Amino acid sequence: MTTLLIHGGRIVDPSQDLDGALDLLIEDGAVARIDGKIAKPKGAETFDASGLVVAPGLIDIHVHLRDPGQEYKETVRSGTMAAAAGGFTAVACMANTIPANDSRPITEHIVNEARRYGFARVYPIGAVTKGLAGEELSEIGEMVRAGAVAVSDDGKPVMNAELMRRALLYARQFGIPVIQHAEDLNLSAKGVMHEGEWSTRLGLAGIPGSAEDVMVARDLLLTEDTGGRYHVAHLSTARSLDLVRWGRSRGLAVTCEVTPHHLLMTDEEIAKTGFSTHCKMKPPLRSESDREAMVQGLVDGSIDCIASDHAPHHADEKDVEFNAAPFGILGLETTLSLCLDRLVGRKILSLLRLVELLSTGPARVLGLPGGTLKPGSPADVTLFHPDEEVTIHAVDFRSKSRNTPFEGWTLRGRPVATVLGGRRVELP
Amino acid sequence: MTPTTLRWTRKDLLGIAELSAAEIELLLDTAESFREVGERPIKKVPTLRGKTVLNLFFEASTRTRSSFEIAEKRLSADNINFSTSGSALEKGETLVDTALNLQAMAPDLVVIRHGAPGVPHMLAKRIKAGVINAGDGAHEHPTQALLDAYTIRRHKGKLAGLRVAIVGDIEHSRVVRSNIHLLTKMGAQVVVGGPRTLMPPAIEKMGVEVAYTLADAIRDADVVMMLRVQLERQGRMAFPSVREYFQLFGLTTERLKGAKDDVIIMHPGPMNRGVEIASEVADGPYSVILEQVTHGVSVRMAVLYLLSGVHEEP
Repeated sequence: MTTLLIHGGRIVDPSQDLDGALDLLIEDGAVARIDGKIAKPKGAETFDASGLVVAPGLIDIHVHLRDPGQEYKETVRSGTMAAAAGGFTAVACMANTIPANDSRPITEHIVNEARRYGFARVYPIGAVTKGLAGEELSEIGEMVRAGAVAVSDDGKPVMNAELMRRALLYARQFGIPVIQHAEDLNLSAKGVMHEGEWSTRLGLAGIPGSAEDVMVARDLLLTEDTGGRYHVAHLSTARSLDLVRWGRSRGLAVTCEVTPHHLLMTDEEIAKTGFSTHCKMKPPLRSESDREAMVQGLVDGSIDCIASDHAPHHADEKDVEFNAAPFGILGLETTLSLCLDRLVGRKILSLLRLVELLSTGPARVLGLPGGTLKPGSPADVTLFHPDEEVTIHAVDFRSKSRNTPFEGWTLRGRPVATVLGGRRVELP
Repeated sequence: MTPTTLRWTRKDLLGIAELSAAEIELLLDTAESFREVGERPIKKVPTLRGKTVLNLFFEASTRTRSSFEIAEKRLSADNINFSTSGSALEKGETLVDTALNLQAMAPDLVVIRHGAPGVPHMLAKRIKAGVINAGDGAHEHPTQALLDAYTIRRHKGKLAGLRVAIVGDIEHSRVVRSNIHLLTKMGAQVVVGGPRTLMPPAIEKMGVEVAYTLADAIRDADVVMMLRVQLERQGRMAFPSVREYFQLFGLTTERLKGAKDDVIIMHPGPMNRGVEIASEVADGPYSVILEQVTHGVSVRMAVLYLLSGVHEEP
């Protein structure tokens, strides 16, 4: 293996509370040393990181790679290229592929594909239930042995309370969390956007905040009873966040993530864009007070990580009437710039806290090896420019899909390179 | 022909929300000038001769569709009707493809009704023809609000300062949303009434009062507009039975006593007699329900005329 010296940059590593002008030496795929000035070892490759931030590799624990089954939307290859282009060295992918990732062969397929291309690490998330049908537990143990790091029926909730209780117990067997897409399907029903002033004005069927809240509340009680590990995917309401805080105050093993779009946009966006289907996702863009609560949750530490819920859909599928469009938007190639500009640039978060939310935090939630540049750790590194201007153009995406509501946004801060296991990732 | 100096500049009529009071005024005044055409022995003017109008109805409609068709014919436009049955959509064609195909036939105006909010807006962005929203889901029904305003103005001489009660299934009504926009822009007071299960959240943010009983809703009203209650909502989540609905919200002569003495009763149709309105009221002296239908033609002629841009030609 080669030696790589990343010099002249600003190392930001929340796992060591480190933020300063430091050099990073990588040997044999692992972090060897961090120091003020490291002399170039003989034969080492170098990377001049002047003007750049050097952070532990970013991790997105909520993406949809659509592989197998919907390769026209995304594949493991295109999705991990999108990850690398967006500054991510690892992703965890949801199980709602076709067929669903509810058994060892599918998990192995995903792991093998990711290894074959080597653009980013991929951690599969197995289905809680067979075929995501919400009826019987899938072979979670088998999937864990093949590399699954959590279970989730994401895209759908585990509606049956008894099944959820059993899932929390059984997942505990393997020390993995159950990730819930918290949505009471009876309450969300045919809703296509957040229920509130704007759904009333637009005449679109609403999804009340309580559709999420009642699920989170129920699950927290079950988490307490089972001693399981519970993670709320794409948390979006102020009240659900309060419930998570309540759960933590009772000592429960509960974590949660929030998406960039729930931090930056509200339900009004649908009116402003004239019913753009790129503003349609689940959970829906919420009210301004919910949005403010999400931002507050990042600041006060109640939210563990930012995850994009990268959900590729083909342009033809989105180019239909609002009611008929599928839910979901892309995230991997916009998350870092959005967060740098709107959260760090606007002095809401420090850079150290942002890196925690994008790297150390998600690693901790899923118990992954990354999220740190401590000596001996895998040398997964993200290099980004903290304030260089970039304009989002979906045509430039590495993803196969183009469904972003951020088209044309000009932002300050952009990914520059990733290093995976000590090797600089090159995209074809 | 237009009595005000304001010129119409919009390509489309998608809703009332984006219109100014002056534009609404222009539409209503223009309708006034077309009313007389419907009273002639030969009900036809050459205004839109050579213009092609497509009527695209993706949802059942008798009143609105016939009204548009008559308005088009009275203006001498060539019109073609498409409806869902037998259309390409049922063969799996997307709305965008349908729109592009229709555009390829170079119509001047497209009248569209669709069950999904925002479809006329989507169409308007894609095609060169002017788009008239004839109802998009529970979102807007601008020509209905215009004909309602026209009818009120003919009876009351004004809109400003009037108290208008709209009662029924507020949640699922496009008529109510367009009426709220129009009436509040023109200075009327609007109160919406109905059971809490049919009242959408935060409706008061649209500038209306909210009442949960019929008596509260119609107290001192100059205008009472009753909305159709969709019978299929009965027994589901909205209300337990038609019988109970009528007991609570059905308009009878007796219950009308709380309104002003010269109240007028309106209904966008189709009516459910004995559900939201008793026949004695629907057919009674305060009812202007059939006049609404008559005025609908004049109002739609005005909309077609202004959107066709013929008034700008030398």
